[in-house]
Amino acid sequence: MKNWTIGIAALAGALTATAAHAGPTLDKVKERGRIICGASQGTVGFGSPDDKGYWTGLDVETCRAVAVAIFGDKDKVEFVPLSGQQRIPALQTGEIDILPRTLTWTLQRDANGIDFTTPTYYEFTGFMVAKSSGVTKVEEMTGASVCVQTGSTTEVVVNDVSSKLNLQLNPVVFDNVAATRQAFFSGRCDALITDAAALASVRATQSDNPDDYLIFPATKYMDALTPAVRHGDDNWTDIVNWSIQALLNAELYGITQANIDEMMTSDDPRVKRFLGVEPGNGKALGLDDRFAYNIVKQLGNYGEMFDRNLGIGSSLKIERGPNRLFSDGGLMFPMAFQ
Amino acid sequence: MTVIDLAPTVAHIEPSAPPRPPRKPILQLFFGDVMASVLTVTTGFLLILMIPALNWAVLDAVWATDDPSTCRDRGACWAFIAAKFRFIIFGVYPPDEQWRPLLVMGLILAMALVSLSPRLWGQRLIAAWIASVAVMLTLMWGGVLGLTPVPTSSWGGLPVTLLLALLSLGLGLPFAVFLALGRRSSLPIPRMLSLMTIELVRGLPLVGLLFVASILLPLLLPAGWSIDKLGRTLAALTVFAAAYLAEVIRGGLQGVSAGQIEAAKALGIPGWKAVWHIVLPQALQKVIPPLTNTAIVMVKNTSLVLIVGVFDMLSAARVAATDPVWPAPYVESYVFVALIYFLICFGISNYSRWLEIRVQSRSYR
Repeated sequence: MKNWTIGIAALAGALTATAAHAGPTLDKVKERGRIICGASQGTVGFGSPDDKGYWTGLDVETCRAVAVAIFGDKDKVEFVPLSGQQRIPALQTGEIDILPRTLTWTLQRDANGIDFTTPTYYEFTGFMVAKSSGVTKVEEMTGASVCVQTGSTTEVVVNDVSSKLNLQLNPVVFDNVAATRQAFFSGRCDALITDAAALASVRATQSDNPDDYLIFPATKYMDALTPAVRHGDDNWTDIVNWSIQALLNAELYGITQANIDEMMTSDDPRVKRFLGVEPGNGKALGLDDRFAYNIVKQLGNYGEMFDRNLGIGSSLKIERGPNRLFSDGGLMFPMAFQ
Repeated sequence: MTVIDLAPTVAHIEPSAPPRPPRKPILQLFFGDVMASVLTVTTGFLLILMIPALNWAVLDAVWATDDPSTCRDRGACWAFIAAKFRFIIFGVYPPDEQWRPLLVMGLILAMALVSLSPRLWGQRLIAAWIASVAVMLTLMWGGVLGLTPVPTSSWGGLPVTLLLALLSLGLGLPFAVFLALGRRSSLPIPRMLSLMTIELVRGLPLVGLLFVASILLPLLLPAGWSIDKLGRTLAALTVFAAAYLAEVIRGGLQGVSAGQIEAAKALGIPGWKAVWHIVLPQALQKVIPPLTNTAIVMVKNTSLVLIVGVFDMLSAARVAATDPVWPAPYVESYVFVALIYFLICFGISNYSRWLEIRVQSRSYR
């Protein structure tokens, strides 16, 4: 019967009244003993299996954080690889519980049966060109060929920019990060389009001489990659939201995987509430009061997660850029954890 | 008492081998006439064109390294295949339980070898196959006999490719027989139903079917019902295989002369018995080459499941190649996967040739 209610709510996209107590998704997840998350078919840094078949990446670890919040174990997760077209129907039909899969928050998606939680990555699309081409802004790119990674929103950006400014851009599509980058540096296309933070790192690490290349924004818009859940189970939405908030707050409070046990003795009332020394937060969500402690203990804070998967600790070496905390000039804004 | 020694006589009857044609001198072989000369020159030219490929694949290749960056600006990076071998073969299956898919592949190989000889074909072999498929699925799934449960979303690599091909053909064949019989039936309803099914499925591309099965089907099912993603993919492949096999079998049925069934009727053998024991065995025997052809096509078709997010061998290889630590070793991964597909398909096609000769010689006897 419970499945029916979720399903109907999802299909109709109608929000039926749900009480504040434990929602059907949490009950179902607890009964199953693990969360089921939508995963990509291999997007390095966000979600891809390593050589041992163990899923890693920022999106994947977001999901693990929710597993820790509920079960206290980051491995109580099943990852279902989904193609770009499959991911939203899979969430709507209840095949998966959370969809953290480089999913951009858009109105159409939000209105059609899914709810977005908290953005985990802000993306800002840019072009990189060789300085020798003389191009310095988008308007000068008429007729240029652009190396694009398939299945990404950047593919759409290329088409939009091209038709809006009447540039007749030629997208040259590749299906993987490394191939797209290699194609650009080998002169296969005039420009490379992708996330600007990623472009900066590509320029720094993969070009023969970083000064030979120029990066400029493709549009003035930014995308927020945000894990989504089904419409209609507010309790579940809250749990996912606050699992992500726990990661962000930990960074703000300076709590890391390494120092968390020392922080337990902190006098700061905010830190005390965060770590569950002073109870209340977990219970309100239907979780263990120490859920935030568990998340940081097992996965670290958002900054640590970013560095490990995308930043300096990874092979991608993407700059934090807009994904820094607001206190460092970025867009990541932790909500009050009380 | 005289003992007649038969041996020399027998030896005498043995046909003498036909005299070998005298060997042509090598020069004449290559440049004997205009045609041969042209072919020799063209082939030589093509071989010269292939030297860079040879350089890439062998001479400049990196065979073993611990440092992926040594692959940059060199030839083929075979060290990458060595490093990712486990992942390409087993995908996301938990490494601790890896012996299970390994055993499954061993089981498939063993059963395939046992089934090679037509002498063993029969109900017992079919039963053995069903039992071994049950064992394979149990091994993959776990959850019983102390095996850790492994959900289908964690299955991957070559075992998935093999299981999908095996199951889609195995489940498709009985359907195909019914569809083929239905299509040739004199009853209008079964005939129309079979005809429509076959033509509809054959008129759709496999990619379309896979999309329907993986995206539309769950939306159409009543909420809360969810069929496993791998199961849906298998269903699409099975339907596809059934339609194509049905057409192949229909060809065989048409090749069995009408006199056979008339004779059976005259002897008072009931219709279905006549079909089952007289027509079908002959029909199937006639269509062994196109059946193996369909089998080969299906083995390769399984690689399309990557578009619906099933981690078969090709998907695993593609994911392996996205590792930014290695300098985009696409060609190497694809060559490696192609090699495995080639070995499987070449095996099947060679076997089918052997089988064809064998079955032919038997029917002439």
